[in-house]
Amino acid sequence: MAFLRVFGCCLPPRVVDNAALAARTGQDAEAIEKNTGIRERRYAADGVSVADLGLAAAQDCLSKAGMTAQDAGLILFSSGSMERSFPGPASVLAARLGLTTTPAIDLPIASAGSLIGIALAADLAARYGNVLVVAAEIMSRRISDASSDTAALFGDGAGACVVSRDSGFARIVDSAIYTDGNYAESLSLAHGGTLEMKGLEVIMQASRKIPRAIADLVAKHGMQPGNVGVFLMHQANANLIRKVAAAMKVPEEKFYCNIDRYGNTSSASLLIAAAEWRDANPAHLAAPLVLAAFGAGFNWGAVLAAPLR
Amino acid sequence: MSKQAGILKVIHAVSGMKDDPAPDESLFDSGTLDSFTLPDLVTGLEEQFGVTIPDSDLVPERFDTITKIEAYLDTKVV
Repeated sequence: MAFLRVFGCCLPPRVVDNAALAARTGQDAEAIEKNTGIRERRYAADGVSVADLGLAAAQDCLSKAGMTAQDAGLILFSSGSMERSFPGPASVLAARLGLTTTPAIDLPIASAGSLIGIALAADLAARYGNVLVVAAEIMSRRISDASSDTAALFGDGAGACVVSRDSGFARIVDSAIYTDGNYAESLSLAHGGTLEMKGLEVIMQASRKIPRAIADLVAKHGMQPGNVGVFLMHQANANLIRKVAAAMKVPEEKFYCNIDRYGNTSSASLLIAAAEWRDANPAHLAAPLVLAAFGAGFNWGAVLAAPLR
Repeated sequence: MSKQAGILKVIHAVSGMKDDPAPDESLFDSGTLDSFTLPDLVTGLEEQFGVTIPDSDLVPERFDTITKIEAYLDTKVV
């Protein structure tokens, strides 16, 4: 058994609104918001690294949990925008937290990375106790203004979560993660390159695979999507979130959404959304909770958590 | 209802447009469909024609024109 214990996050202070972005890319600022639901995003300052953002999110998370870094038995660090091939930010983060023997593993999966991190943590918590899942992205350095539609989507940020063997506010019931590498070229980031995305393929697949993954997971446990109290989803695009809600015949209001303020922060977005949702809803969980994500690979999936008995 | 009429019915429903696109007119280039209405088109086609369209068939080029959609459905409808 494993529990969601606490979430944390870190957003860099620099705000880039649609007007500023439009001045750079030649787009229409109002059209950006209409097409994506994004009003502004955050960009990391020069010199700030993925590990820096991840550290701040991890510290926020540990502080809220009343934990020290030494209480973590394992670190899983998701990033698709890390600065180098290896070593990745996991080991850097561990060192910055003062840990010299705790295993710290990178998950270079991009958007679905934090969801997969939580799914893995739920299975590994029995062995490692507290698993610190961190996701940090500096997407602003991985976009090209020449691809303005893509550039408009992304922002920087970090999130974190402690998955614990012993306690938390929600019991992780089950998870389901999937990969279909036939779409590897639909969303990719080459070494030294900028993000390349075939938007139509991504949206078409995501809008079908996410609802199915959620519906199958909850059905496995005798529920329907309507029984879920809140959906915390990768913040890729407000229209995609609406489409997922409609496909499952669930009110949009059940989907926590902050993409208007941060854009798509890739794998960090799920944990940032979760941290903000939990901060705003600290009371006892009354109904099941679903986390879901979709991204490069394609990788996608869902995690089901339930109120404590 | 002919197959083409059924396709047009679905296109009108998901795009909100009343005009009929020409059979070989690109539904994307004309703005009739975009990345968010295309999944609705596929779902609408499944319901209209009683077929199941697998995810592996969700290639945008396959649904770019009415002619292409009709040709695709010919492979699905018995």
